[in-house]
Amino acid sequence: MKLLTRQDLQKERVNAINKIKKQNCRILICAGTGCLAGGSEKIYNKLKEMAKEVEGVTLEFAKEAAHVGVHPSGCHGFCEMGPLVRIEPWNYLYIKVKEEDCEEIFQKTVLRGEPVEHLMYHQEDNVYQEQESIPFYAKQTRLVLKNCGHINAEDIDEYIAAGGYEALEKALFEMKPDDVIAQITESNLRGRGGGGFQTGYKWKQVARQQEKIRYVVCNGDEGDPGAFMDRSVMEGDPHKMLEGMAIAAYAVGAQEGYIYVRAEYPLAIKRLKMAIKQAEEFGLLGEDILGSGFNFTIHINRGAGAFVCGEGSALTASIEGERGMPRTKPPRTVEQGLFAKPTVLNNVETYANVPMIITNGASWYHEIGTQGSPGTKAFAITGSVNNTGLIEVPMGTTLREIVYDIGGGVKNDAAFKAVQIGGPSGGCLVSDNLDVKLDFDSLTKLGAMIGSGGLVVMDEGTCMVEVARFFMNFTQNESCGKCVPCREGTKRMLEILERIVAGNGTLEDLDLLEELGEAITATSLCGLGKSAALPVLSTLKNFRKEYEEHVVDKRCRTGNCQAMIRFIIQPEACKGCSKCARNCPVNAISGKVKEPFVINTETCIKCGACIDNCPFGAIYTEN
Amino acid sequence: MLEQSYYSKADEIISQHGRTQKALIPIIQDIQSCYRYLPAELLSYVAKQLGINEAKAYSVATFYENFSFEAKGKYVIRVCDGTACHVRKSTLILDKLYKELNLSKEKHTTEDMLFTLETVSCLGACGLAPVLTVNDEVHAAMTPEKVSALIAKLKEEEQ
Amino acid sequence: MEYITIDTKRVPIEGEKNILSLIRKAGIDLPTFCYHSELSIYGACRMCVVEDDRGRIFASCSEQPRDGMVIHTNSKKIQSYRRLIIELLLSSHCRDCTTCQKNGSCSLQDLAYRVGVHAVRFLNNKKQIPLDMSSPSIVRDPNKCILCGDCVRTCDEIQGIGAIDFAFRGSETQVMPAFNRDLADTDCVGCGQCAVVCPTAAITVRTNVTEIWDAIGNPNIRVVVQVAPAVRVAVGDSFNIPKGENSFGKLVTALRIMGFDEVYDTSFGADLTVMEESKELAQRLEKNEKLPLFTSCCPGWVKYCENRYPDLTDNISTCRSPQGMLSPLIKDYFKDKDEAENKKTIVVSIMPCTAKKGEILRPDNFTDGMQDTDYVITTQEVIRMIKQVGIQFESLEAEAADMPFAVASGGGTIFGTTGGVTEAVLRRLAKDKSYQNLSNISYVGVRGEDSVKEASVMLGDREVKIAVVHGLADAGRLLDKVKAGEVEYDFVEVMACRRGCIMGGGQPPFAGARTKKKRMEGLYKADTMSNIRYPDENPVLLQMYETTIKGKEHKLFHRHMVEK
Repeated sequence: MKLLTRQDLQKERVNAINKIKKQNCRILICAGTGCLAGGSEKIYNKLKEMAKEVEGVTLEFAKEAAHVGVHPSGCHGFCEMGPLVRIEPWNYLYIKVKEEDCEEIFQKTVLRGEPVEHLMYHQEDNVYQEQESIPFYAKQTRLVLKNCGHINAEDIDEYIAAGGYEALEKALFEMKPDDVIAQITESNLRGRGGGGFQTGYKWKQVARQQEKIRYVVCNGDEGDPGAFMDRSVMEGDPHKMLEGMAIAAYAVGAQEGYIYVRAEYPLAIKRLKMAIKQAEEFGLLGEDILGSGFNFTIHINRGAGAFVCGEGSALTASIEGERGMPRTKPPRTVEQGLFAKPTVLNNVETYANVPMIITNGASWYHEIGTQGSPGTKAFAITGSVNNTGLIEVPMGTTLREIVYDIGGGVKNDAAFKAVQIGGPSGGCLVSDNLDVKLDFDSLTKLGAMIGSGGLVVMDEGTCMVEVARFFMNFTQNESCGKCVPCREGTKRMLEILERIVAGNGTLEDLDLLEELGEAITATSLCGLGKSAALPVLSTLKNFRKEYEEHVVDKRCRTGNCQAMIRFIIQPEACKGCSKCARNCPVNAISGKVKEPFVINTETCIKCGACIDNCPFGAIYTEN
Repeated sequence: MLEQSYYSKADEIISQHGRTQKALIPIIQDIQSCYRYLPAELLSYVAKQLGINEAKAYSVATFYENFSFEAKGKYVIRVCDGTACHVRKSTLILDKLYKELNLSKEKHTTEDMLFTLETVSCLGACGLAPVLTVNDEVHAAMTPEKVSALIAKLKEEEQ
Repeated sequence: MEYITIDTKRVPIEGEKNILSLIRKAGIDLPTFCYHSELSIYGACRMCVVEDDRGRIFASCSEQPRDGMVIHTNSKKIQSYRRLIIELLLSSHCRDCTTCQKNGSCSLQDLAYRVGVHAVRFLNNKKQIPLDMSSPSIVRDPNKCILCGDCVRTCDEIQGIGAIDFAFRGSETQVMPAFNRDLADTDCVGCGQCAVVCPTAAITVRTNVTEIWDAIGNPNIRVVVQVAPAVRVAVGDSFNIPKGENSFGKLVTALRIMGFDEVYDTSFGADLTVMEESKELAQRLEKNEKLPLFTSCCPGWVKYCENRYPDLTDNISTCRSPQGMLSPLIKDYFKDKDEAENKKTIVVSIMPCTAKKGEILRPDNFTDGMQDTDYVITTQEVIRMIKQVGIQFESLEAEAADMPFAVASGGGTIFGTTGGVTEAVLRRLAKDKSYQNLSNISYVGVRGEDSVKEASVMLGDREVKIAVVHGLADAGRLLDKVKAGEVEYDFVEVMACRRGCIMGGGQPPFAGARTKKKRMEGLYKADTMSNIRYPDENPVLLQMYETTIKGKEHKLFHRHMVEK
């Protein structure tokens, strides 16, 4: 059904709200990638079936006929607790739900409005009934992620009922393109993809180009390992970013948009396709949108497996059907981007911020976050932390609040060591930085960057050298190979790091790492190269002692570096049975029978056969 | 030379995307998902149809990790080695799979063309680490034991 | 006037598009691997990084100059980065410099020396990749590739062929044809422009020097050599002779010292080509068929047309190239003598061109099923031979070539530059053979460096429309227009290499804009100095047409289509 005018949309919104109101019970089963993996589809099917059976039956508690809405929702961010089921109007959140729990949920909650306490989140004897009261959620400010988990992501009406497309409506009928740009500029919305570039400035640049064919491109190539906020938006609230893109297109005079999504996100692609189709059917995308005369269509491009395509010029090259290799700038993307036309390129989260800024105004937006970085930021918090998941907090929230208040502290009460922020392009923050207010500028000062927002918490048991090696391995693998410093330099840095974790490093290697790191940062062609060495440089700066232990003492204090573990026979416990020596594949163990045996560390290959075979538990390892 | 049906399929896919360079990647993605690999002859064919130099098409196809000129197994298992998974010991999962399937870093596909094993830098399911996917279906919080069970189950289904 | 400051020197900005050009204008030879003024900016080698007064470091090739900028090209930081980049390149590079084809003319070697890399701290653990020797013109050695992409962009942007491209990515990246096929199995036309831009020995010209020394050393072989027009204005490059100066006489002397038995001028063959091609044009015009007539002297172009425009191959002139006409004539000339002396004559061509090495192997160029030209060596190869012998080239006395194939018209000599063939054909077709008319013809619009030149002349009462194009990408664009009916011509001259043979793949490299111009001027000067200007006034040729050649024109001078 096509909405031809603004009034049509407003009528549709009233209908949509009524449709939701009619449901005296709404069951939202999380259908994000995480919960689906946990079997949420079965739960959905089961509850849907049960809901059908009671349709129209009078509910005791409500004194009215049952209208139970069962919907698949987007990701709630609390993936570790999945599968999640939210039930409105009580806002109960049931965690780790299994198929066999459905009956109980139905009998107690749906039919009687009662909570099923054993399915609710517990912490220190507290049971949290309402989702919003759970500490993980209570400390968050969910604006971009507001609808994620709360609406049916596959139904455009749910988005419209939640105020969706109000901003586009306002832009098209109450604002000129320049007003939209002015509003975004005034809001100081900064690109959420990493650099923190001012969005309004970008749009203005595109709008003032001579060339009249322009493009709006959305970067959904969220490649940073450990980041999945864009995925959640695309899966859980796809219309929000479509609306943001449409507003951008209106502002800069573009008629076509492209969304570039990682191939690893099949569900996001499916939901986006569905959303585009529905928006087209509603006339919210396509020709003469709501009778305003504004045309805008959106295409989806699937990535094909190249991290570097998250870089703007590589991304546009990839859409054009080329190798995803970054090019030199100028000309900049705003001048000659996709198909050499002026192009607005923002990421998913940035576009998802746009509608609320247009609806609520720039000054409202400035009330959230810090002065230089207004608004919120979504982070994916993972690693050694109690509550892993996707969170959204105002810019300027401290790391301590994120790790301890929202994340529930370090796992197993281990000591906090560091947080790797911004993925392979980022740096590490240490305990001294726990109280720094996180925003674009403060992080840059610390030699790190927000990047797309991955936060990996590491405890005392994590070896920072091995972490640096891990990231370098990633970057080296993903280097496009165009410029010499990145192609050859990262390869050499990785070799050195591999040497160090294998126990063959030297002090000179540390200097060489620094020399290479600095040169790669200074001379690489693109952002990936310029930030490739950051994880190494920042761990070298913060954990130099640990590096030195690896190269001088040949010791890894965490035991992460296998090659440096030493196998030792405790003389007091050894009975001299020689079983270990007989089982050693490299003859590294020697001794006289009935006297304590010794392991020659030089020859030992750390296979562990001796430990497995010692009848007296006399062999131990030392880091 | 491939059977004629391959070329007709390619023609069908090309007609859906158009004969421009920007259609190259979507076309070869579709071909790959159709045959679970990209037959070299079809890449050359598509290049010709699109008016692109063959060397250019080959250059594009080899740049992206997802394209493979070798036939893949029926079940493509992709083990996530993203940060979160790595920290939670995804290496053990991978090692277990190498052992179970008798594969290695160099050998990705089993002789019986049933399994292909790959690693992926991040599946974005970090909360469920370590994860792997079997033909896009996500398996969460994997352990070496769960790996054995999974492989056994898949093999059983084939019997 | 806007200025930028480069290492304390104020330099005016005069339309330069990047800072690198300004740095070079300021007299600083900032090193680069991937920057070429005729190619798109690639920005991969990072050798041209500079620092501004705010400490910002960027590649000067891709930065626009702005008034008031202060640039340091040689700060301590920049020096160390540059050194490290070279060290990194060397670390993955075969370092057998002393036995390398490019020893002494390798940019990587040169820069390693210039920036002062004295040791390489990284191990070369790259797998050895086999060489591609499949092409008669070009050898690819991927082990020496530094991935600057110059060859890829040249092949694609200038020549419109795209036979090679990058494959794979990251440190696995290689330049190769599709599916790593042999170059011989691609659309490569052998123009050698990739080898010209290659800074190392990753792409080199296939050399035949050894075979020629063997032949010279064999008393039973008469080694005849012919020298193409464009060679004479480039060979001096390596011997301190001013750019573009005609060194034909010195080269003749050198070739005799080296032991060649007879030295001839390919310009004679060019005169033959003019005679035959003019006849063909007149016939086609008269019948109004297979027009436009395409020239056939450039083997790179002929192959390109066969690959890309097979439906237009009938339009290509059936004439062989100047080399292809002269060689069978030479063999014919020595036929009786060879029998009498129990000798075998072999013909060696010294060419500015790498594609000629392929042309001689084409069966349609054979006479009586036999290959006419035995070996083609390039200007660069002959320079190497001169150096091997140790001849002091610059101090040689000039000598004249051997009769009878020493006499050639100026029209034949200018074949070596774009527009030359056309101009010579126009001279032949002109009824008015006056001195004044020469000047008229030179102004019809076929001279100069423009990529496509158009002219129109009256032949009798018929207007003949002419196009001259050089560089295959431009040729392809022109052909598309011809096919689409957007343009109409009667005669089209195509040279595969930009500016024609003077910038062929076999010429000495590192020719800048000035050298290119000087080579062109050199040929026109040779024309002016020539006693004979009109090809059809070449007395030797005219006499031969009456005697030895008579009746053999078709057999010796035209291509014979062979069944495939």
